[in-house]
Amino acid sequence: MSAFDWIVQLVYVAAASCFVLGLHLMNTPATARRGNQLSTGGMVAAIVATFAIIIHAGTISVTGWIVMLAGALLGGGAGLYAARTVQMTAMPQLVSVFNAVGGGAAALVAIHDYINLAGAAGGVPETTTVPTLLDVIIGAVTFSGSVIAAGKLQGLISGSPITFPGSRLVNAGAAVVGIGGAIYMIVTPSVPVLLIVILAALAFGVTMVLPIGGADMPVVISLLNAFTGTAVAMAGFVIGNWALIIAGALVGASGGILTKLMADAMNRSLRNIMIGGFGTGDSAVAVQGPGGDVRSIAADDAAIQLAYAQKVIIVPGYGLAAAQAQHQVAELASELEKHGIEVSYAIHPVAGRMPGHMNVLLAEANVPYPLLKEMDEINPEFPRTDVALVVGANDVTNPAARRPGTAISGMPILDVDQAKSIIVIKRSMASGYAGIDNELYVDPKTSMYFADAKKALSELTAAVKTLVG
Amino acid sequence: MTSALLTDITIFVLALLVGFEVISKVPATLHTPLMSAANSIHGIILVGAMLIAASANNALGYILAFIAAAFAAMNVVGGYVVTGRMLKMFRRRPAPVPAGPDGKAGQVSADGQARQVTSGGTPS
Repeated sequence: MSAFDWIVQLVYVAAASCFVLGLHLMNTPATARRGNQLSTGGMVAAIVATFAIIIHAGTISVTGWIVMLAGALLGGGAGLYAARTVQMTAMPQLVSVFNAVGGGAAALVAIHDYINLAGAAGGVPETTTVPTLLDVIIGAVTFSGSVIAAGKLQGLISGSPITFPGSRLVNAGAAVVGIGGAIYMIVTPSVPVLLIVILAALAFGVTMVLPIGGADMPVVISLLNAFTGTAVAMAGFVIGNWALIIAGALVGASGGILTKLMADAMNRSLRNIMIGGFGTGDSAVAVQGPGGDVRSIAADDAAIQLAYAQKVIIVPGYGLAAAQAQHQVAELASELEKHGIEVSYAIHPVAGRMPGHMNVLLAEANVPYPLLKEMDEINPEFPRTDVALVVGANDVTNPAARRPGTAISGMPILDVDQAKSIIVIKRSMASGYAGIDNELYVDPKTSMYFADAKKALSELTAAVKTLVG
Repeated sequence: MTSALLTDITIFVLALLVGFEVISKVPATLHTPLMSAANSIHGIILVGAMLIAASANNALGYILAFIAAAFAAMNVVGGYVVTGRMLKMFRRRPAPVPAGPDGKAGQVSADGQARQVTSGGTPS
């Protein structure tokens, strides 16, 4: 190894270290920004080192330079524009799109490498074929799956599970063709078979995500994130670059952890979600309301309860994100705080549309992060709470989860029912994605405020103002 | 089996374990920025895209390299910028919002928030 190679490889090691330390700094909100800057620094160093390698080797053609720079400028510009303009509510779509392009790029790198090797005299060594196949298959599945996921989140494709006659068969068929083609290629290197494997993997990605319901999206995004990381790591095996291997493994680990956390918080096994079928999208199927009396309440009465409380916990859910009412809820909270009422937020792990999404929405609405409490931290506080205000959350507040024998049994929930009184803002009595009635709504302590979250919160804020202002 | 492949596998497994260790300490509050940060890190595939552009020598190779470079650059630039934008919004104390009697507290623009953070100093 020449001195030049040494330096370049050491820069890659430094870049990988920056990624690890950057992720480490994300363990508190106060240091997270520094972590992101460190990680950015590592990335810039890795890219500069790669430029150095290319210039030093001197084999790149003029067309190669043009292709590389034009592609990078075009993609970089598009990424910059999307990142600057995206609404925080649309973050899950954007993350999905980045998963798609990352996975797609990883697959393309391996495809290019394979075609070059197949055309060369030495042929394709087995030790390259296996990571190439893994990269291409995982990358292509991630690409098409993430595009479908982004379409569902954006509302371009229906959020409800889409199944057509034989869709499971197509899915299974794509898997068989893909794996069969891959096995054939290990024995006999072949570019045409690679093409078949790619197409099968793309079809598999589409038919994998289509039947998954909108409410399961946090799990799907996490899983696709893990896939992208793995694909990038495999690309590192193919081109023999450790920076790619380390970075890909880190992302794979991150996606894996989040997938597990989300699936646990929804009380679903990964297998269950993938098989799919009962997750629903925005439009929950209206079912018969629960037995027992439901007490309905108007803005004025709800405002009185809130204004005379000492401690209020707000429980925001998927419905709040869907109604984009995060600013309204923050406004109501700051109005209450002005009058000396203690307000905090109880955030269930799957609130919103991706892991931690609700926290970002509330941070955007100017809510300081110490007020955002995780489930384990806030649950002991509910018995001391005068009013729990539930906005667009359903299954995660259902006390039925504590009993065996229901669809959500064993699911970790927020102990909202232990508060002294409960106000639920909701459009109708429709059930959540689990499809069961929420016993909280018929609790004698509960009042239902039937309205769109955004409208209800604005009315509440106005009513609180006239009451105490 | 070559020793190079063995080294690669060792690095992969160890990095995976480091990833599990580091990431399991990230609080749920930061899970969206975490995923977004992880997203930007897999933008390292740009390095791979650059290297294939350097070795491409026919039309198909150039097309693949162009798409890969565009995809990867979108991933890396967009990922870091949006992560930074999100993290800027996390504050320990409420930002000094002009919550006047007209109740415009919630209507601060993204630009306004960005400025408030820089003027508000770093949280201790």
